[in-house]
Amino acid sequence: MANQTTQVAGACVDQNGGALGLPQLCVDWLPNQIFWALVALVLIFVLLKVFAMPRIGSVLAERKGLITNDLAAAEELKQKARDAEAAYLKALADARAESARFIAQAKAEIQAQLDAATVKADAEIAARGAESERRIGEIRASALANVTEVAKDTAKELVLALGGTDAASVDAAVAARLKG
Amino acid sequence: MAAEGGLPIHPMDQFIVKPLFGEGPVHWYTPTNATLWLMLAVAAVGLVMVIGTSRRAVVPGRSQSIAEVFYGFVHDMVEDVAGHAGIKYFPYVLTLFLFVFFANVLGLIPMSFSPTSQIATTVTLALLVFFGVTLIGLARKGVGFLSMFWVSSAPLALRPILAVIEVISYFIRPVSHSVRLAGAMLAGHAVLKVFAGFAAATVVAPLAFAGMVGIYALELLVAGVQAYVFTILTCVYLKDAVGDAHH
Repeated sequence: MANQTTQVAGACVDQNGGALGLPQLCVDWLPNQIFWALVALVLIFVLLKVFAMPRIGSVLAERKGLITNDLAAAEELKQKARDAEAAYLKALADARAESARFIAQAKAEIQAQLDAATVKADAEIAARGAESERRIGEIRASALANVTEVAKDTAKELVLALGGTDAASVDAAVAARLKG
Repeated sequence: MAAEGGLPIHPMDQFIVKPLFGEGPVHWYTPTNATLWLMLAVAAVGLVMVIGTSRRAVVPGRSQSIAEVFYGFVHDMVEDVAGHAGIKYFPYVLTLFLFVFFANVLGLIPMSFSPTSQIATTVTLALLVFFGVTLIGLARKGVGFLSMFWVSSAPLALRPILAVIEVISYFIRPVSHSVRLAGAMLAGHAVLKVFAGFAAATVVAPLAFAGMVGIYALELLVAGVQAYVFTILTCVYLKDAVGDAHH
């Protein structure tokens, strides 16, 4: 252990620079490793504490705020959309009711007009019927009169042609006959 | 250890601490390879956490997202495990996590030196946590902090025995805390070196190379998981100091 090489390399390394035993347990190297590990820890802590953590923390907080705001805005817009939909549906229902009312009104008016027209037409038909009846009666009466006339004239002519002279008795005879 | 003419396998040489400049004894202040890789870890933290966030964008870019993931991950861990009162100590926990994480990951670069595979480094971290937690607990709760050793939910006759066990387990904490991390890193790096040594032999080279690829992937996982484990245990210990006593 007292030769030149081990003095230079330390007690944990052989002449060729290879490890003697477990290098982890070499006491010569412990202070160095502990010191530098502490230095590294302090440096990392300072890096995080001074630069990284305030930065990331603020970014995360900002993002959280943004998301919360956006969600609130979205909720608001959703509510607005819901309100608009409700208003639209209400307007639609109103319009439907209105149109139904109009239709009913129009129907009632038309029905009334129709009823009036029907009544009028019925009355006219009845009047025309009566008129026709009357004229038919007239025609029948005049026809009957004509028939009587014709029958009398014919009978008179026949009687005259046969040598008769009493026109009045012919008339009476025809009238009696026609009355049957 | 090296058999003359045999395979050049020196799995432990990677853990040797050497002065960066020239030869000579390693004093406590000497810049060594440990210094170099610790400072690279500091630089990586600076790159990711400071440079990466310099735009302060509300909609984060790629690098800022990474920084925010680290921040959010550790923040949630502290809040979930140590409770709301533990948030005060979040900067310290984040420092520990980033130190361990980047030291672990940078240690996976070939020819590198990984400080977290050194007992000296991890014991330093574990003792900082141990003393930190103990002092925080005593400062916040005074003598009441010691009541965590007195298991009030156990039968009275058992309590003294449990108190002894609790005290022992409390003082064992820094040992398990530090050896877990250093052991995991040491073992992984040593295995990688052994496989690398076998890769020099032509016959088994493909097998050894495939083994290295597999172990390397596993080590990447281990690097992350061990950083996570170290940090979450820190939070668990912190909970004893700041949380409500529940046992």
